Amino acid sequence: MENLNLFIRSIFIDNMIFAYFLGMCSYLAVSKNVKTAFGLGVAVTFVLLIALPVCWCINQYILVPGALSWLGEEYAETDLSFLGLIMFISVIAALVQLLEMVIEKYSPGLYNSLGIFLPLIAVNCAILGAVLFMQQREFSNAWTATVYGVGSGIGWLLAITCLAAIRERLNVEAVPKPLRGIGITFIITGLMGIAFMSFLGIKL
Amino acid sequence: MNLKKTFLPLVNPLSKDNPVIVQVLGICSALAVTAKMEPALVMTISVTAVLAIANVLISLLRNTIPSSIRIIVQLVVVAALVVVVDQVLKAWNYEISKALSVFIGLIITNCIIMGRLEAFALNNRPWPAFLDGIGNGLGYGIILIIVSFFRELFGSGTLFGCQIFPDWWYEAGYQNNGMMILPPMALIVVACIIWAHRSINKDLQE
Repeated sequence: MENLNLFIRSIFIDNMIFAYFLGMCSYLAVSKNVKTAFGLGVAVTFVLLIALPVCWCINQYILVPGALSWLGEEYAETDLSFLGLIMFISVIAALVQLLEMVIEKYSPGLYNSLGIFLPLIAVNCAILGAVLFMQQREFSNAWTATVYGVGSGIGWLLAITCLAAIRERLNVEAVPKPLRGIGITFIITGLMGIAFMSFLGIKL
Repeated sequence: MNLKKTFLPLVNPLSKDNPVIVQVLGICSALAVTAKMEPALVMTISVTAVLAIANVLISLLRNTIPSSIRIIVQLVVVAALVVVVDQVLKAWNYEISKALSVFIGLIITNCIIMGRLEAFALNNRPWPAFLDGIGNGLGYGIILIIVSFFRELFGSGTLFGCQIFPDWWYEAGYQNNGMMILPPMALIVVACIIWAHRSINKDLQE
C-alpha cells in the first residue's frame, strides 16, 4: 500500500517535470512529434527502472557512513559519501551506453529518430535527479527505490507525450511571433503544471 | 577591433546568444532555484565557477582526449569539480546548501556545461575558453537573477530576505501572490522574458 501511494505520488504530484523541472532540455527539444516523444519517454523510464535499484545498492553497501562494515571491522568507520556523484553518474552513463546498443540492434527506426538525444539521456537531469532524491529520502529497501524510479519515469513519459500532442496541434494556430517556438512551449508547460497541481493531496 | 574580437566570447552570451533563453540549455536548474534570490545567486556563482574551470581544463586536454570517449572524460572532469563545489558549500554555508538540495549535484547534468564543452572548449585555446565559460555562466546568471527578483518580490514581498513592501501596504489590503512561489510560475516568468527579448531582437524569432 505504501509503495502504491509512492507510485501514484511520483507520477502525479512529485512529477519530475512539473514539480522539479528535471529533464527539461530533452523535454523541450524532442516534443515536436508524439511518436518520438513516446519512444524517448519509454527509454528514460527503462533507464530509471534499472538505475534506481543499482544506485540504491551502491549507496547502501558502499557509500553511506559505516556501509563497508561487511568487509570487516576495520572498515566500519569509513565514509565514502563524497564519492556519490561520481559513482552515480558512471552507473547511469554505462546503462545508457548499453541501452543505446540494444535499441540500435532491435529498433533502428527509433534509434534514428532519437538521434543525439539517446546518448544524452546520460545527462538527462531526471535520472540523476531521481537517484539523488532517492539518496536524500533514504528509502528503506531496493524495491521501494524501484517503484519510485518507475513512477518518476512514467510521470516524465506522460508529461512529454502530452506536450508533444499539444505542440502538434499548435502548428496550425496563430501564435504571436515573438512567442512562437520556445516561448509558447514554456507557457503551456506552466499551465500543465498548474493543472497537475490539482492532484496535490491525493493519498491512497 | 582586435580587442572586441577577443572579448566576443565573454559578451555574446549575455544577450544575443544567451544560454537559457536563446540556446535553451540549463533550463532545469534555472527554474528550480529561482523562488528566492539568495539561492539563485549562489547557484550562479557555482555554475560560473564550474563552467569556467571545466572549459579551461578540457581546452588544455583537447588534443589528448580520443573523441570516442570524450563524453566520459568531460563527465568525470565536471563531476570532480562539482564534488569540490558541493563540499565547499556545505562547509561555508550549510543552510544554502540544504536549500539547493540536489540541484548542486545536478550541475553535472546541466546542459550548458556539456554544451559549452562540446561546442567551444574542444576547439579553442584555454584563454578564449575561459572567457566563454565566464560569459555563459553570467548569461545564465542574469536570467536567474531576473526571474528570482520577480518571484521573490511578488511572492514573498522580500529581496534577499529583507522586506521591501512597507507594513501599511499589507494593512491596506495588499497580499503576497502565493502563486509566484509555486513551480509553474517560474516557467511563465521565463516565457515573458523570452517574449520581451524576442520582441526586441527580431532576428531570433522563429
